[in-house]
Amino acid sequence: MKKKLGLIVNPVAGMGGRVGLKGSDGADILQRAIELGAQPESPQRAKHALEKLLTIKEEIELITYPYEMGAQEARDCGFDPVIIGTVERGRTTPQDTVKAARDLAEQKVDLILFAGGDGTARNIYDAIGDRDVPVIGIPAGVKIHSAVYATNSRNAGEVALLYLQGKIKKILDSEVMDIDEDAFREGRVTAKLYGYLKAPHEERLVQGLKSGRTEGEASALNSIADQVIEDMQADVLYIIGPGTTTRPIMQKLNLKFTLLGIDAIRNKELVANDLTEKQLLDLIQGKKAKIIVTVIGGQGYIFGRGNQQLSPRVLRQVGKENIIVITPRNKLTALGGKPLLIDTGDYEVNSMLSGYYRIITGYEQTIMFKAE
Amino acid sequence: MGKVKVRKGFQQARWNEPIIYEMSTPGQRAIYVPQPDEEVRAKAGDVLAGLPAGMRRKELPNLPELSQKHVLMHYLHLSQETMGSNICHDISEGTCTMKYNPRVNEELVAVPNFAELHPCQDEDTVQGILEIYYRFEQIIKEISGMSRVTFQPGGGNAAVYTAASTVRAYWESKGELDKRNEIITTIFSHPCDAAAPHTAGFKVITLYPDKNGFPDIEALKAAVSEHTAAIFMTNPEDIGLFNPRVEEFVKIVHSVGGLCFYDQANANAFLGVARARDAGFDMCHFNVHKTFGTPHGGSGPANGAFCCSEELTRFLPVPTVEFDGAKYYLDYDRPESIGKVRDFMGTAGVIVRAYAWTMMMGPDGLRECADASVINNNYMEKKMMEIPGLSSAFMGNGHRRQEQIRYSWEKLKADTGVGTNEINNRVVDYGLPHYWTSHHPWEIPEPMTLEPCETYSKDDIDEYVETMKIIAKEAYEQPEVLMAAPHKAASHKRNDEESLDNPEKWALTWKVYVKKHGNK
Repeated sequence: MKKKLGLIVNPVAGMGGRVGLKGSDGADILQRAIELGAQPESPQRAKHALEKLLTIKEEIELITYPYEMGAQEARDCGFDPVIIGTVERGRTTPQDTVKAARDLAEQKVDLILFAGGDGTARNIYDAIGDRDVPVIGIPAGVKIHSAVYATNSRNAGEVALLYLQGKIKKILDSEVMDIDEDAFREGRVTAKLYGYLKAPHEERLVQGLKSGRTEGEASALNSIADQVIEDMQADVLYIIGPGTTTRPIMQKLNLKFTLLGIDAIRNKELVANDLTEKQLLDLIQGKKAKIIVTVIGGQGYIFGRGNQQLSPRVLRQVGKENIIVITPRNKLTALGGKPLLIDTGDYEVNSMLSGYYRIITGYEQTIMFKAE
Repeated sequence: MGKVKVRKGFQQARWNEPIIYEMSTPGQRAIYVPQPDEEVRAKAGDVLAGLPAGMRRKELPNLPELSQKHVLMHYLHLSQETMGSNICHDISEGTCTMKYNPRVNEELVAVPNFAELHPCQDEDTVQGILEIYYRFEQIIKEISGMSRVTFQPGGGNAAVYTAASTVRAYWESKGELDKRNEIITTIFSHPCDAAAPHTAGFKVITLYPDKNGFPDIEALKAAVSEHTAAIFMTNPEDIGLFNPRVEEFVKIVHSVGGLCFYDQANANAFLGVARARDAGFDMCHFNVHKTFGTPHGGSGPANGAFCCSEELTRFLPVPTVEFDGAKYYLDYDRPESIGKVRDFMGTAGVIVRAYAWTMMMGPDGLRECADASVINNNYMEKKMMEIPGLSSAFMGNGHRRQEQIRYSWEKLKADTGVGTNEINNRVVDYGLPHYWTSHHPWEIPEPMTLEPCETYSKDDIDEYVETMKIIAKEAYEQPEVLMAAPHKAASHKRNDEESLDNPEKWALTWKVYVKKHGNK
């Protein structure tokens, strides 16, 4: 049976970037981008990825949306795609991306290859959520913080090829991140972790491009969790930050975990899930507390991205000495010599939290790493 | 100007040789052992009767069944499919110090008086080899500045493990082992400087480099505490940089009471120039098998010399080799010893070769070895830097590299899609061995680590650089050639990288392979 490959191109992704608009989300902005002379970036990048798949052209069924949302790019590369759905040519919207992803999931495609930026990844996440549809992103947007994207368009094609050929079998929960574009254009960066999509993972092609072979992700996470649990002290409140790195701690303790929120435990028992800043402040009032966080979003942030509930007030009260940073070593390697970043929105707290952290990277293994 | 001879016409033998078990044919035999005569059989009786039941095999061993000629053919094929250090210029294997090993030393260890020694012989009958051990220890003491040396460890990692065990014994003797449970190392030290202490029961703290590529001294200050048992550091590190603040590192660790171990795997850079003890270190080691002119561990048996200060000699492995003025003897009466780290006395063949090499070189020769290897490397760096797409780790930090360099093909990869893995597959098409990238994960992107030891001539280096130039040019003009490389080599590409990383899949023996993958 032929493998089914879904293709979605967000034709306007990346248009804001070249004209300095820091993103292309929102109709007004897109209009301004076009007025400033922006040219579409993503069709060309989608084609770079598709070219990698020409060798297995006869073995796959390519399903896509009409016109510039995939059909055009596929035909230009020599594919004969199955076209579904309807869009208004030249006037596609984020809702079309959501619709396309939903329709492709209905078609039970083996993989969705999509071109866009963080906004596009969010649209796809909105459409398919936790459904078991693997995706891989062709980076074409202005903002690429989400881990579902390959490092460049050709590598996206390569990952898709290897996955469809059965040569990549590993699927990882990969972060879908986005920043508030209105705030971003005003110079403030606030990012949010929206959720996780399932993406094929080949160390050599995804991380491997930067960092070579690494210890298996699962084994690293496992040994980090063992260390954290072994170190836990009685009667101390442990505040568990979001993400897939902290998840195994809660799993090993058989506790409910909020992937995108903040949980708290004491004496290895759950205190509460998905806490707000206010609830956290109430909990730590006059008590000894420690915070366990990981490096979020691949850029090196430990605070201020995806965990805003850990506000300056919370952090000030807990104190730097009670912050436990955990991460597999390859995340540090991928920073390429850059420090960890802290952006709580409060200058004083940022500077209080800066300096060296002894980061847990495995069982009885730590790395001294600087945060700024 | 010497002759630059790029081997464009190179073609390696390619047998696509199966695993010997795959060629096994039931019933085939290499040797039919003749049955003993009746008379012998009657006299000997049932020779196996005394063997305890638990030691008897219930099934025949699973050995491949082949004729003698096929066994010979198989191993000859395999030998032709290697790119060993004496077949080509092994400048490739950076950090491994693949210098030329004089053949005359092979003759020495083949002398029957030495080759037929047995480690269980009485001391009186092995005075010669004990004398060589004793004399070589005096030489290594002089080179390192340390008080005693043991040659028992079976390689570099084993010597580092000996150091970790010594640290453990030291803190145990003070009754502080519970508290002193952390060992600090650096990211560009050899990974055994983290692994060996971890195996010995210590928690490991790793320091990352500062912006110039040196171990971050501020990170060290933040890491040391009353829990610090020791620091284990390589210098020059594997990227080829010599830490100019090494004495400060030692002082900082000593200030909290910790011990200092100097991993001297990269000693080719400073033989006869700098001594570990003079910099304040309490312990150090040498990879005798590479630095002292004998084949590298991977292509011959290895030996690690572990050296320590007077204060730590009581912990040395047993036995030590002593001389009472008339006779050499083995001293087992060392109550505080960490015990044995290897059977018998380590790899004696390596000691004999190394002793011969060191005597041949003399003190000035050792210094010349270091000078030449550093000059070779700096010459090579200058030539290599003319290659488009190539850079090196922490390039332009104003510090000269020592005996090796970690290069980076990051720009070439960005420009052409061809990265270090592809180039590595291509160098063998020109008759050069596969080169060393770096340990994983790659802290330096698209790495390549080269070490033109003192035994390579300018012509050899020129040939190597010229080949790299040609390959880089190919990457820009015909990247598809590199993407499909190798074309002329025996080995094919690995098609399943995961088999190297995944404990569920990797197999070092046929038995394990069949267990994990089924008999296919």
